[in-house]
Amino acid sequence: MSTHTITTQKVNFKVFRFNADEDYLPYYEDYSMDVTSEEVVLDILNRIKWDHDGSFSYRRSCRHGICGACAIKVNGRSTLACKESMTEMIKIFGNDMTIEPLSKKRAVKDMIIDKGDFWAKHTAIQPYLISDVEEHPEHEHLVTPEEAEELNEADLCIQCGACHYACPVVEINEDYFGPAAFAKAYRFEADVRDDAHTSRLIDLHKEGQGVWDCVKCMECAEVCPKDVDPISKITSLHNMLFREGVATSNVATRHAVGFKNSIAKNGVLDEGGLVLYSELAGIVKHVPVALKMFRKGKIVPPWGITKSDNLDEIQKLVKSSSTAKF
Amino acid sequence: MEKLKYALFTGCTAKQSTPEQMMSTMAVADKLGIELVELTEASCCGASHLQDYDDFLSLVLNARNIAYAEKHGLTMVTICNTCQLNTAMTKHRLDNNAELKARVNEKLEEVGLEYKGTSKITHFLYAIIDDIGLDKIKEMVVTPLSQFNIAPFYGCHNIRPSELQNETHDTPETPYNPTSLDDLIVACGGASVDYEEKNKCCGFHAELQAPKTAAILTGNAIAGAMDGDADWMVTPCPLCHLKLDTQTHHASEAIGREVSLPVLHMQQMIGLALGCPVESLGLKHHLVNVDFV
Repeated sequence: MSTHTITTQKVNFKVFRFNADEDYLPYYEDYSMDVTSEEVVLDILNRIKWDHDGSFSYRRSCRHGICGACAIKVNGRSTLACKESMTEMIKIFGNDMTIEPLSKKRAVKDMIIDKGDFWAKHTAIQPYLISDVEEHPEHEHLVTPEEAEELNEADLCIQCGACHYACPVVEINEDYFGPAAFAKAYRFEADVRDDAHTSRLIDLHKEGQGVWDCVKCMECAEVCPKDVDPISKITSLHNMLFREGVATSNVATRHAVGFKNSIAKNGVLDEGGLVLYSELAGIVKHVPVALKMFRKGKIVPPWGITKSDNLDEIQKLVKSSSTAKF
Repeated sequence: MEKLKYALFTGCTAKQSTPEQMMSTMAVADKLGIELVELTEASCCGASHLQDYDDFLSLVLNARNIAYAEKHGLTMVTICNTCQLNTAMTKHRLDNNAELKARVNEKLEEVGLEYKGTSKITHFLYAIIDDIGLDKIKEMVVTPLSQFNIAPFYGCHNIRPSELQNETHDTPETPYNPTSLDDLIVACGGASVDYEEKNKCCGFHAELQAPKTAAILTGNAIAGAMDGDADWMVTPCPLCHLKLDTQTHHASEAIGREVSLPVLHMQQMIGLALGCPVESLGLKHHLVNVDFV
């Protein structure tokens, strides 16, 4: 029989408190507790409510990492409270922890936030199969295992909002769909039964709201408690935009294609040439900084670029391995 | 101890917009007794943008770069976070998917190369920490940076996704509480500044298509470091460096507050502490004057 020792240690919690009906500003309450190695973050929330302050509010339901209700932030890290072990938290953060809602500016009461923007974005990408199904079909619409594989775990999303509120672009740009909506959009875009491909992709292509505004910080991949890896779905959507011919010429698409052109020509980038190719007339706004950089020896003219050795290999591979057209 | 030897993947930036990074890398390697074999055959890693256009092509090109490091039988060292992410991601995907690896190798065969998966790929920051050790760095310091509060700026592509990143080095790092760069600052005799944005995004990869978002992120980062009483910032990523050093005007405009701090590359900071000749560190290439040296 294996023996398992439960250890206990003191942890100091700084807990975000706010009641939109009563408080002008949020404040923090301190709790010090003995935490056992067996506990998860949700146990701590429960103990605050049950042992210290019955008015403390948070969402919880399944306690099995399925419903997505209990996502909060611990020391700035989005986390599903029922899934995150306190031992792991102590390992990362030591014995002082700040417990906050997923988004402080959307707080309604303590850990409870208004997720309205999350659901609006979720709805906007049409998160359902759009298909002209016959009313009395003669056979099922079969999906092969290989085709199901293409969904690539995107359907594991539980809409907890951890990635959405970890995304720095969501914080800044209120039009931006965000990683959860993108992963959901991918889930239907990759479904062979879905007929809405193009209309959904057109929305995802639009500047400001669509995939091109992603800053590639990888926060969404890091926080997802279900390993959906939203950034990889965002990359797949980028690829789809080109493959399906939806991508039109804009600064972002030219930037992506410009990398291929530059690599085919030099192996390495021609940084100045790339910005010019991406921006076209928009290059004007970069001139003041470019001049400063030039004076500091930070700009190499196209003729001064040291091309990769064995450039012929690179050119051959670009020719033979390219899978996209623009 | 046997002399440390790595295959150096410089990336494009070190050869163009951040020449000071290339200079200081060589100066520090020399000081530390590291031999760097430059992979002059390497192409651009795609910087996540080629990946958006043509994922398969990016895999083939990155596999080719790695194959050259393998030919030398050396660990590949990167000096750019984004090169690190894209190269290590390629390795991870090929090492865990035999079918994909075979498809990539079919292409590489056309140019007489093969991706085997035998070379480690690690960022220079972690090569120093893992293979030299911070104790050794501490011993070698001749000009401790003791009068400086230094704000570490980690850069996303060296710390996230942690599952992938931690495959590439021995010293585990958590993106929510990273310590490597803080520890390096302390080893160089400086005081590391704790601030909220140290592990956040600088916005570089959306600079052209979402300039406002990118500028706000840059502004927030510099403002956070300034509010933490930093004298200067330090980063292991040349792309973060470009944002923080050359875009202060846009960043200040975007957040409605004048922000600017000298930003050093990790190599320049080490070089200063280890007594590398100042002119070998390329400090004159910065837009924000490094006036404290």
